Amino acid sequence: MMYTAAALAILITMGLALARALLGPTVYDRILSVNMFGTKTVLLIAVFAFLSGQTDILDIALVYALINFIGVVAVLKLIEQGNFFTSGEKDEREVESE
Amino acid sequence: MIDNLLNITLLAFLAITAFAIIRIRNLFAVIMLFGIYSLLSAGLFVVLDAADVAFTEAAVGAGISTVLMLATLALTKNHEEKPPAHRPWLPMIVVLVTGAALVYGTVDIPSFSDSEAPAHKHVAPRYIEEGFKETGVPNLVTAVLASYRGFDTLGEVTVIFTAGIGVLLLLGRRRGRKRGDEDNNET
Repeated sequence: MMYTAAALAILITMGLALARALLGPTVYDRILSVNMFGTKTVLLIAVFAFLSGQTDILDIALVYALINFIGVVAVLKLIEQGNFFTSGEKDEREVESE
Repeated sequence: MIDNLLNITLLAFLAITAFAIIRIRNLFAVIMLFGIYSLLSAGLFVVLDAADVAFTEAAVGAGISTVLMLATLALTKNHEEKPPAHRPWLPMIVVLVTGAALVYGTVDIPSFSDSEAPAHKHVAPRYIEEGFKETGVPNLVTAVLASYRGFDTLGEVTVIFTAGIGVLLLLGRRRGRKRGDEDNNET
């Protein structure tokens, strides 16, 4: 019963995050909503694992947490520097020249 | 009951996201929605008990393909040149007819988890009875993918590996040329 309530609450939160991703005027609204949606997916899988009694599904929740983190870092890096291939090198050089 | 509710809600979210992806013209938002779509379908796979597919979906759909699409977006523009002006009625009709035919086709399909379905009578009983004895893998889906269809999976991995090398070569070449230019400027 408790898990059912938790699953329902997570579904509602997912709906809210989805609404923000659809409406979100700025880039950061959407990034945050995707990040939050990923977290909710992790939680939903964890709750579902206990709800259905298959606790080995928890491993998948761990993988999701990792992927979500890496994905958001990649998106933010792109926003910050505009591309992926001129990574830290340029910054280091600037620091050295200064 | 809660299983049905989860399925229905996740599918409804999937449909909403898909429609939004079609309608929205901001490409960055579309990529973010693709990420959400992938997370949703991965969650749906978990609810449907397909742990392996969910793993793949999470790694490829939410992880790699989002990053690849963002990398592509960084090389192009954030908006489409202009929204499509014509109304493609003929393709719409073709899609609707095909969809109707496919839905009509599902009428003959045995109902979900019907134990008398042909798919469950062919090799499945052998996998279920002998699978653990023959492969020693507790998860049957993993046993089929990694052991019974090992060569098939090896072929798929080879294809993905080759595609990855191709992408790395394409991206890495640009980087090398850029470095060469900088070196020339410095000397």
